[in-house]
Amino acid sequence: MIATFIQNLFNALQWGSFYSLIALGYTLVYGVLTLINFAHGDIFMVGAYIAFFVATFFLGTALLAEGGWVVLALTIPLTMILTAFVGVTLERIAYRPLRRKGANRLYVVITALMCGLILENGNLALLGASRKSFPELVDKVVFSIGPVSLTNLKVAVVFSAIAVFFLLQFIVTKTQIGMAMRAISYDKFAVPLMGIPIDTIIVFTFILGSSMAGLAGLLFALSYPILDPFMGALIGWKAFIAAVVGGIGDIRGAFLGGFLLGFVEILVVAFFPSTFRDLIAFSILLIILSVKPTGLFGVAKTTKI
Amino acid sequence: MQRLTVPVLLAILFFVLVGMSYYDLLDLYIQSVIMFVGINIILGSSLNIVNGYMGEFACGHAAFMAIGAYISSVINVMLFTQDRIFGAPLLPPEMSLYFFPFVLLIGGFGAAIAGLLVAIPSFKTRGDYLAIITIAANFIVTSTIINMDTIGGSRGFMGMKQITFAMEDVIFLPWMLIWVILSTYFTVWVIYRYVSSTYGKGIIAIHQDEVAAEIMSVNTNKMKLVAFMISSGLAGLAGGLFAHILGYINPGSFGILKSTEALVIVYLGGMGSLSGSILAAILFTLLLEGLRFVLPWMSSGLHWFDGVFYWADLIPEGYQVSQVWKWVIIPLILVLLMQFRPEGILGNKELSDLFPRLRRWYSFK
Repeated sequence: MIATFIQNLFNALQWGSFYSLIALGYTLVYGVLTLINFAHGDIFMVGAYIAFFVATFFLGTALLAEGGWVVLALTIPLTMILTAFVGVTLERIAYRPLRRKGANRLYVVITALMCGLILENGNLALLGASRKSFPELVDKVVFSIGPVSLTNLKVAVVFSAIAVFFLLQFIVTKTQIGMAMRAISYDKFAVPLMGIPIDTIIVFTFILGSSMAGLAGLLFALSYPILDPFMGALIGWKAFIAAVVGGIGDIRGAFLGGFLLGFVEILVVAFFPSTFRDLIAFSILLIILSVKPTGLFGVAKTTKI
Repeated sequence: MQRLTVPVLLAILFFVLVGMSYYDLLDLYIQSVIMFVGINIILGSSLNIVNGYMGEFACGHAAFMAIGAYISSVINVMLFTQDRIFGAPLLPPEMSLYFFPFVLLIGGFGAAIAGLLVAIPSFKTRGDYLAIITIAANFIVTSTIINMDTIGGSRGFMGMKQITFAMEDVIFLPWMLIWVILSTYFTVWVIYRYVSSTYGKGIIAIHQDEVAAEIMSVNTNKMKLVAFMISSGLAGLAGGLFAHILGYINPGSFGILKSTEALVIVYLGGMGSLSGSILAAILFTLLLEGLRFVLPWMSSGLHWFDGVFYWADLIPEGYQVSQVWKWVIIPLILVLLMQFRPEGILGNKELSDLFPRLRRWYSFK
């Protein structure tokens, strides 16, 4: 009983890591722009596909002789760069012109939703409905501690989520560019007057968020090696909910919210039929939001009259 | 005289559509397109109460549609048809014609009650946090239906076609078309009366500034409750019609994608513009259906293009542009539209504000 519980705990840590990585991207963009980037889940999907193409490309070359680790070491940065490129392209083409025109925030949100649909269905139309299976790059190593078993992949996923969290927390709170990001979210009109290049900072935010989504896509594809164009939609919506429960705009909130959602989902599946997963998970989140309307870490904003 | 123009025009439209369907001048496909236009008008304009006039961002409208659809279909199937689960009909099937509008309204009423799920948290929560609550409500409703095995669970629920046939057996008329048109008129009338009344101005005041509205003696909690309940109730009405047109519903068809369609209609038409929502619903549905025919043309166009540049061999033999492209082209059009007109087709104005001369011809109360 204890053993299954601990096993589920580790599964939940892995599952929560994916939510956390995606939620971090949501919260970064939201923190700077107060824009819900609904295309983010689909950027995650694009990241998984990019990882697939990069990995199969490298496996086809002579690099395979060097071993799977070399391929993986090359795939990770390349996937992150290419996914960041997709994210920045979206920002450049779709969001920035609207921002310049001073359109209502909700129109930007709708544009983001539409961009997500374009990515999903464009992928489906270009690559077809057949699912891709991700190649196995690194041999699986199973560590067994008593009845509880861990794979090297699981450990890697959890550790990379934690590392990304500390990296982002460091960038946002300690560096100058992070200070600029916080300043933009504080006052969008005074910041350009202080000589801060607002567009550069926003592009940097998108690079950070999208590359984390790309990393999440790669790790997800390694853990669950079946890719389909709609894999990002549901997980993206859920990660967004996790970010909000944590208190959107706050990095710690997104990180913990992702893990919270992961724990709730895995524990529900462990004790109830799996069809109850969404029902119970979302009911719990609804209750949390009703009790604490700004999320776990969110700060209530004062409004002037 | 001016007072009569709008009702007379609407009545003429009604009789022309019904008459043409009765004499088979409109085939079934065009009839169903007209019915979906009506349903999208109901969905879009009812969401416009919350998203446009009240300025919230509710993105779980399909949940209420699902509740309306399931309640009205279950009641109808239970009362009037021989069903595997519910057994023999409780009332003679001929009665279904007279009960149909009431069953639809009961479905809408049930959806309005479900609207409380969103309305009560909205007292304390605003903005993006409320958006999450609506998304979560959508997921909760669909997964509740999936877990209810008596009404089919994820396999879906059917048997509503028999109701349509039973109604046509009594008097042979295109009954679903009639109900859809009447419900659309009813919805638009209710929303117009509501938002242009002194009482309804309260929700516009909440949009402008909630605190100031409260100081000006608007009971904000009550206004929010009423707005959410009307909005979700009308969505339930649309859901009931949707279920009876298709004759088959499953929880998957009331997911986030359906909510997104409703959102698109609202923001395409313009926040807080009733005529904008109606125009956008017509445009969106026609675009959706029109592309079905345009895509094969695009295939043949591509092959012609390939024939011109035959040495390049751009496109493989027998390639067809698949219908999936429809869902690439529509969002692309919308993204472009947002770039050029970031406030939607009509902004927050009505048609009569843009063409003031129209007012000479009618007065609508």
